[in-house]
Amino acid sequence: MSVRVGKTDRAAAFPVAAKTALKNDQLRANVRRATDTIRGKRALRVEEMPDWQQLRDTASAIKAHTLRHLDEYLVEFEKNCELAGGKVHWARDADEANAIAIGLIRQYSEGNSHVEVIKVKTMTSDEVQMNVALEAAGITPIETDLADMIVQMGHDEPSHIVVPALHRNRFEVRDLFRETMHRPELTAEPEDLTGAARAYLRERFLKVKIGVSGANFAIAETGGVCVVESEGNGRMCLTMPDVLISLIGVEKVIPRFEDLEVFLQLLPRSATGERMNPYNSLWCGVHAGDGPKAFHVILLDNGRTKLLHDEMERETLECIRCGACLNACPVYRETGGHAYGSIYSGPIGAILSPQLQSLEHSRSLPYASTLCGACYEVCPVKINIPEILIHLRGRVVREDQATLGGKLAVENLAMQGAAAAFQSQRRYEAAQRLAQAGQMLFRKGDQLENLPGMAGGWTKYRDLKAIPKQSFRDWWKSRSKGASA
Amino acid sequence: MRISLFVACYNDTLFPETGVAVTRVLERLGHTVEFPLAQTCCGQMHYNTGYHREAVPLVRRFVEMFRDAEVVCVPSASCVAMMREHYLMMAEAENDSAFLADVKSLLPRVFEFSELLANRLQTEDVGATFAHSVTYHPSCHSLRMLHVGDAPVRLLRQVRGLTLLELPKKEQCCGFGGTFAVKNADVSVAMLAEKQGCVVETGAEVVTALDNSCLMQIYGGLHRAGSAVRTMHIAEILASEGAAL
Repeated sequence: MSVRVGKTDRAAAFPVAAKTALKNDQLRANVRRATDTIRGKRALRVEEMPDWQQLRDTASAIKAHTLRHLDEYLVEFEKNCELAGGKVHWARDADEANAIAIGLIRQYSEGNSHVEVIKVKTMTSDEVQMNVALEAAGITPIETDLADMIVQMGHDEPSHIVVPALHRNRFEVRDLFRETMHRPELTAEPEDLTGAARAYLRERFLKVKIGVSGANFAIAETGGVCVVESEGNGRMCLTMPDVLISLIGVEKVIPRFEDLEVFLQLLPRSATGERMNPYNSLWCGVHAGDGPKAFHVILLDNGRTKLLHDEMERETLECIRCGACLNACPVYRETGGHAYGSIYSGPIGAILSPQLQSLEHSRSLPYASTLCGACYEVCPVKINIPEILIHLRGRVVREDQATLGGKLAVENLAMQGAAAAFQSQRRYEAAQRLAQAGQMLFRKGDQLENLPGMAGGWTKYRDLKAIPKQSFRDWWKSRSKGASA
Repeated sequence: MRISLFVACYNDTLFPETGVAVTRVLERLGHTVEFPLAQTCCGQMHYNTGYHREAVPLVRRFVEMFRDAEVVCVPSASCVAMMREHYLMMAEAENDSAFLADVKSLLPRVFEFSELLANRLQTEDVGATFAHSVTYHPSCHSLRMLHVGDAPVRLLRQVRGLTLLELPKKEQCCGFGGTFAVKNADVSVAMLAEKQGCVVETGAEVVTALDNSCLMQIYGGLHRAGSAVRTMHIAEILASEGAAL
């Protein structure tokens, strides 16, 4: 099985990628402005909900329950989906998912040399890099979500799981449209830009016969699928084509239709600060004279089921991809999504990507957080992201310590030394005195400069007061002595 | 009351004035302070960086040392957060029922300094005079893990002569994050720049917090930028009897 999460396998470590992002002032300004706006709207919409905390608890309980019985609910979904005329396929990993999708597209477009498919915004298809696979198979995927379309036209990567083009401003979009749509007269006015996108997309909605979607929820009880969106392009892709292929991560299943009530309140408020999504599409199987004539679901594992065994890791799968943690995260705020090297960025990406894919390619992500807890505070399903980050850090350290290089690494040696010192008053006090004496090499006045090793990361950018001659315990000892004398 | 002080390793070594101030405030209020000299570290640095195995003996040491304390006072919200968030879970994983029982019995007696004063001891006026303008940075651990709420602000409001100025975007992290500050130094400093800007914008003479770790970060940025704004742990302000800055 080859698990893939977008570009993680060829991504640079977070601190390196972050450095590049930090140099891009335009990108940072765009990200800050956008996240501030969404955060503000979210806060307003959450405040007006008297039962918000109960909703969070309920959502978390539904998700936790579903994940404990995931096998049963998936089988139930498959049965009900097929009873309604759909067809369910199971994909272990990215390659299988893409192969199934390509097989289906070829099957339904027999004889056509040039095949196009229209796509609804789907993170899962980005996760398996479906567009790359489709293009390699001679199929042209057309993204119809405005932000995804901007990303696709710019040969760019999404930088936010809900607002993929959040790092671009309207002037950049105007330039892109002028070039791609051959419309040099376009201005950067929002009306002008949306009008251009609308005309461009309408032509494709009417012409293309195959649609590809993801899903926000798959309902076991009915075998139905749900997508929520703001633009209506999703609804076009879900109703206009003859064939609909929905790629769905196995964790998206919920038991009952009734459960939607909880999530449809939490998701839009958390994601975009809206009371309700402008478009909530639900579809179930096929119906004569209405909607697609063929409906296929690809249920994707891609590393998910292996997280079911560990209680803390399993919690990650409760995510409903609202992106609230990204908007709340002060680290994401500075770097944007590209620095995370994964299709899933921000705090959720920092825990999801390393777990789906082996830690090897994303060892730095669990450390891309100050553990400030802002993500946990806003998560609508109460995923304790800081706790999971710490758990993953533990895995990174244990894996490192299992190798000789890791054992001898400066950080490990320092941590072992500190742990040993902290285990004895004598050694701890000796270490304090050693630090007080050793700092003379780096002391300039009452400040320390150019500290070596990891501490150099501090003094390069920030000042640091020298270690005082008298520790607190020294003060305490001298005081007790004075008192008893 | 007999109050045992866990001063935190970095306060002990780098910010001794905080421990001195805590002692002064508590004694001024008529309490007896004791400082067990065998104390070292709560284990947070190791635990949060992923050195979980290495943190366990430090937790055991802390629990052993303070098992019999009436009340433990910790002038560091992040150390208390470490204890409340992780000690129980760590003790459960140890399969040692005596240790687990000790942790369960000790935790309700451990308080962050401002919590202890404002909530446990119900003392808001600690008899301090500090005639300066101050802005308060609520550290992430105090805000989102300990939920200390307005305890620190209630204490500061009772200080004679003190002008309290609201910090813009106060709930935003300063970028410290323990080893994050060096592992991701560039991002840490970018976050600091915003916090620093907000501090300066208030026009306050002093920025205070419940954590010297955040203050060390904020000082690092302010001092490098040549700013005259001072950083002081809340205990130092509450201990002040009107001396000049």
